[in-house]
Amino acid sequence: MKKLFSIAVLILFSQFQVLNAIAGSDGQLEISSKKNNQDVKDCFESVNRGIFAFNQGLDKVIFKPLAKGYRKLPQPVRSGTSNALSNLGNLVTIPNNILQGQIKDASINSLRLIINSTLGIVGIFDVASYYGLQKLEKEDYGQTLGTWGVGEGCYFVLPVLGPTTVRDSIGSLANATGGDAWYNVTVANDTRYFNEADYYLTRLLSGIDFRAKNLESLDSLENTSIDLYASIRSLYLQDRQRKIKNLDEATETMSDDDWDEID
Amino acid sequence: MKILKLILVIFTSFLLNNISLAKDPGELINSIVNEASLVLKSSDPVESKIIKLNNIAERSVDINGIGMYALGKHKKTISEDQKTKYNKLFRSYFLKSFSSRLVDYTDPKINVVSQKKINKKYTIVNSILEATSKRPQVKIDWRIYTKNPDKPLIRDLIVEGLSLARTQKEEFNSVIQNNDGDLNALFKTLEEFLIK
Repeated sequence: MKKLFSIAVLILFSQFQVLNAIAGSDGQLEISSKKNNQDVKDCFESVNRGIFAFNQGLDKVIFKPLAKGYRKLPQPVRSGTSNALSNLGNLVTIPNNILQGQIKDASINSLRLIINSTLGIVGIFDVASYYGLQKLEKEDYGQTLGTWGVGEGCYFVLPVLGPTTVRDSIGSLANATGGDAWYNVTVANDTRYFNEADYYLTRLLSGIDFRAKNLESLDSLENTSIDLYASIRSLYLQDRQRKIKNLDEATETMSDDDWDEID
Repeated sequence: MKILKLILVIFTSFLLNNISLAKDPGELINSIVNEASLVLKSSDPVESKIIKLNNIAERSVDINGIGMYALGKHKKTISEDQKTKYNKLFRSYFLKSFSSRLVDYTDPKINVVSQKKINKKYTIVNSILEATSKRPQVKIDWRIYTKNPDKPLIRDLIVEGLSLARTQKEEFNSVIQNNDGDLNALFKTLEEFLIK
C-alpha cells in the first residue's frame, strides 16, 4: 500500500511537471521538431539551480570521494562491476529495443544477457563479446518516448538523481511500474533471493561507476566553466538527443545552420 | 647549372607536396596531436607546456570563429566596439581553458580513423582517444573549417557526440539571458575567469 502510494505521488508529480511544461512553454511537449538547436526549455531555472547546488554539495561530500575510492580498486574488479551492471541494464534495454522496433538489437541483447548471466557469472565477464556479440547502446523508456515523437518538455534537476526532462522522468516511472524486471524482482516483489537493498545498491554502484569514469572530465569542466549549471544542462540535452536518434556518427548529430552563419 | 636548377625545382615541388599533405584535415589533426603529445610528455615546467600548447592552438584553431559561434543570436546585436573587446577576451578565455584542460594529460594517444567532407566549408575528422586504466576509450570528432583549403582550422571538438562549441554557446547564452540580455555581463564573467 505504501509503495502504491509512493508511485501515485510520483505520477501526480510527473503530471504536475507535464502541466507546467505545457503552461510554461506554450505547449512545447509536442511532436519533436527536426531542428537540432532549439532553445532550452528550462521552465524552473531558479529552483533547478538551487537543487543543482545542493547536488554539487552532495557530490563533493559523498559521491566524489566514493568514486575516488572506487578508482583505487584493481582494474579487473572495476571492469567486472561495470560489466555486471551493464548486464543488468539489458533488462530495461531489451523491452525498449522491442518498443522501438529494433528487433535485431533486442535479439543480440537477449543473447548477451543469457550468455553473460550464465557463462559470464552474473555478467562479471563479457563472454558474449568474445563470441562476436558486441555491446550495443543502452535504451530506456525516455528514449522510446523520444523515438515515438514525444518532445522533451521542460528540463529540470532532481535532488540526488540530477538532470532530467519531463519526458525522461515519465520514462523513469515506467521502470517502477513494471518496466524493469530487476526492479520487479527486488523492490516490487520481494523474493527469497533479492530485496530492495539489492536494487538500491546496484543503482548506487552505477552512479559511482559513472562518476569514477568521469572524474577528470568533470573536474576539468568545473574548472573551465563560467556557468557550470548551463554546461551540464547543455551536455545532458545533447546526449539525450544523440541517444534518441541512435546516432553514432557525430556528423549526423549536428545541424550546420549555426555554423553556416560564421564565415 | 641547368641540372642544378632542375634539382632545385624537383626538390621544391617535393617540399610543396609534403606541405599540401599537411593541409589535409586528417593530417592536420595527426600533426597537432603529435606535437601536443611531445609537449605533454616532456619534462618541461607546467608554465612552459602551457605556452607551447597555446602556440599550437593559435596556429590550428579558428578562435575568432568559435568566439562568434559561441555568441549565438547575440552576434547580430553586438556593436563594433563590443566585438573588438569580446574577441580579445574570448581569445584569452579560450587559451586559458584550452591549456588547463590539456595540461593534466600526460601522454594522450589519439588515432585518426576517418574523415568526411560534409560541405564546401567543413570536414569532420573522426578519431579515437585510446583507453587508459582510468577511463574507457573516447570518440573525438573534429570540425575542420576548410573554406581556405591551404589553411584548415579547427572549429569544434565533438566528444562522444557532444559538441564543445555548442556547450560553450549555451553557457554564454545563459550568462547573457540571466542578466537581461546584457553582453557586458558576459564580458565581466570572462574577465573574472581570467583573473581567477
